[in-house]
Amino acid sequence: MSDLGVIFIGAFLVNNIVLMRFLGLCPFFGVSTRFESALGMGMAVIFVMTMASWITWFLYHVILLPMELIFLRTAVFILVIASLVQLVEMFLKKSVPALYSALGIYLPLITTNCAILAVTFLNIDYEFSPLEATTFAIGTGIGFTMVLLIFASIRERLDLYPIPRSLKGHAIAFIAASLVSLAFLGFVGLFGIAL
Amino acid sequence: MRWRIFTNGLIRENPVLILMLGLCPTLATSGTARDALGMGIAASFVLISSNIVVAMIRKVVPNEVRIPVFILVISTFVTVVDYVMHAFQPDLHRMLGVFVPLIVVNCIILCRAEAFASKNGIFNSILDALGMGIGFTGAILIMGIVRELLGNGTIFGRIILGEGFHKAPVLFMILPPGAFLLIGILKGLINYFQR
Repeated sequence: MSDLGVIFIGAFLVNNIVLMRFLGLCPFFGVSTRFESALGMGMAVIFVMTMASWITWFLYHVILLPMELIFLRTAVFILVIASLVQLVEMFLKKSVPALYSALGIYLPLITTNCAILAVTFLNIDYEFSPLEATTFAIGTGIGFTMVLLIFASIRERLDLYPIPRSLKGHAIAFIAASLVSLAFLGFVGLFGIAL
Repeated sequence: MRWRIFTNGLIRENPVLILMLGLCPTLATSGTARDALGMGIAASFVLISSNIVVAMIRKVVPNEVRIPVFILVISTFVTVVDYVMHAFQPDLHRMLGVFVPLIVVNCIILCRAEAFASKNGIFNSILDALGMGIGFTGAILIMGIVRELLGNGTIFGRIILGEGFHKAPVLFMILPPGAFLLIGILKGLINYFQR
C-alpha cells in the first residue's frame, strides 16, 4: 500500500472521525434521523472539509510559519472556515443552484462542525504535504458520510421497536453508536494502522 | 435570584447531560480521570474568561458581527490555555492533543456567550459561567472516573479494585465504544429519575 492509500484507509475506517475520534458528534446525532438529510450533510462536509484543508494548509505554510505567527493558528483557522462556508454558500446559490438546494440548510450548520476544524489542525500536526492533506480530508469526509448513513438507517428502524421509555431518543442512539463503534474497532490494525 | 443563575448549570440545565452540548470533548477526553479533569478545568477557564469579556463589550459590538467577535474572543483565550498547558502540563497537553485548540468550537462556550453574557451584566455572567463550568467539569469527571475505574481498575492512577482487576480490566470501557455506552446509560438514568 502506498502512503496515500494508508492515509485514506486510516482516515476512512480505522480512525473514523465520528466513532473513533469523537468529532462532529452534534451533526451526527442531530441530522442522522433521516436518510436524505444525512446524505446532504455528508456531501456538504466532504466539500467544505477539502476546501478548508487546502486554504488553511496554504495560509499556515505560506503566511503563518514564515512570519512566526503560529500562535494565531486557532483564530485564523476558525475565521477561515466561517468565512469559507459563507463564500461557498453565496457561490453555489449564484452558479450551481441545483447543488445549493440539495445541500440546503446543511451548509451554514457546518461552521460549528468541529470535525472540519480538527482536520485542518491534524493536517498541520501530522505535517502532511498538500496531496496528503487532500487525501486525508476526503477520506475523513467519506468516513463521516458513511457513518452518518449507517446510523440514519439504524435510527429509522429504532423508531419502530419497543424501547424502554427512559432510553428513548438520545440514550438508545448512544448505545447503538457504541455497538457500531465496537464493530469499527475490528478495523484496528488493518494495513498496520494503529488507533 | 442570583443563586439560581449559579445553580442553573449544575443539574437543572447541565450542559452535557441535559442540554447535550459539548459532547465531543466529553466523550473523547474522558479516558482517564486526569484527562477529564484537565479538559474540564481548561474549558471552564475559557468559558469564564470569555463570558466576562463578552459581557464587558456587549454594548459596543454591532449586532450583525457579534458571532465572529465572540469567536475571536474565545479563540484568544483558547490560545492562552493551549500555551499555558503546553508549558506547565506537557503530558496532559500531549494526551488531550487536538482537543485543546478544539475548545474553540465547544458549543457550550459560544452558547453561553450568545445566550447569556451578551444580554447580562458582568457579575451575573461570571456566576452563569461558574455554574456551567462546574456542571461541565462534573459531568466529564464522572465519565472519566467510571471509565478509568472499569477500564483500568484505577482512579487518578491509584489502584482501587485490586491487582487482579488492574491486570485484566474491562478494556472495552476505556476504548471509544465504552464512552458511547456510558453516556447512553447516564442519559437513560437521568430520564428515569426525571420522571
